[in-house]
Amino acid sequence: MTIRRLTLSALLLAAGLSGCAGQQAKPLYHWGVYQPQVYEYFKGDGASHEAQIAALEADVQQARAKDEPLPPGYHAHLGLLYSHTGKLDQVKQEFTTEKTLYPESSAFMDFLLRNFKN
Amino acid sequence: MRFSTLQGLLALLAVVLLATGCATPKPYDYSAYKQSRPKSVLILPPLNSSPEVKASYGMLAQLSHPLGEAGYYVYPVAVVDETFRQNGLSAAGDIHALPVAKLHDIFGADAALYVEVKKYGATYTVFDSAVTVAADARLVDLRSGQLLWNGSAMASSAEQNNSNNGGLVGMLVTAVVKQIVHSLSDDSYQYAGIASQRLLTPRPNGLLYGPRSPRYGLDDAPAQ
Repeated sequence: MTIRRLTLSALLLAAGLSGCAGQQAKPLYHWGVYQPQVYEYFKGDGASHEAQIAALEADVQQARAKDEPLPPGYHAHLGLLYSHTGKLDQVKQEFTTEKTLYPESSAFMDFLLRNFKN
Repeated sequence: MRFSTLQGLLALLAVVLLATGCATPKPYDYSAYKQSRPKSVLILPPLNSSPEVKASYGMLAQLSHPLGEAGYYVYPVAVVDETFRQNGLSAAGDIHALPVAKLHDIFGADAALYVEVKKYGATYTVFDSAVTVAADARLVDLRSGQLLWNGSAMASSAEQNNSNNGGLVGMLVTAVVKQIVHSLSDDSYQYAGIASQRLLTPRPNGLLYGPRSPRYGLDDAPAQ
């Protein structure tokens, strides 16, 4: 966990410095565990879907406490995880949240919501 | 004494110039990019021309962060991958060959990012071993099929042995990462993260800022 944090700080440092003096003072989003969890999902040999959901949901609380927005894709990814555990209400809720936060995703989220109704 | 101070200052200046990367020779032609003004980017599962089977997913799991921070809506990469799979498409090559109109219909994305991983993993020599990740990327308009931008980037553990390779940024990053990386089993994934940042963070000749960034439309403005 601490290791992950350090890595992320290093990456953020790189992003800021390489921006040709156009550094962003503050990241746009609370990325938290999103990318490591996506990697976990892809590897498919580690934590269960339930454990991945728990990690992401805990991070949702962190983001809320700090009043930082979650990045694009975060809620949709949670929706995907819930679909593996058969919690269809939560699937719909997460896809809808993604759409509300990011209207750019509307076409895709509608496509997914249509498929999950069946 | 004086001479060496001057030399020192010049060396410092050189490092600063390298680090900021502001001295770019050939400016990229952004006319198609600026006309297209993409808001959302669909990252397709990367092609992999390295021998490491984990390369495609390792890279794919690292690309959202720099692209999101650049100000674009980034499609959820795992959900997108799963959608392709459920439609019988699991090979990146097949996905990259899909007509852009089809991608636009399903996802509604303005642009797609086509990435090819060139190097991913460790190479061993007599004296040393190095972990290297290298990738190329193309940003393509999904309405017209037009190429908006292309670029490439690399990150390697060999950078720390070769201090002028990547300038101050490289040194700082590798100094921090070196300590972390050696305690982890999955070094390549960490370097994929650095390579992704270098590939997609807006900079001269790099991607332009997207509409969700406060710097959107200010790419040509002098940095302060």
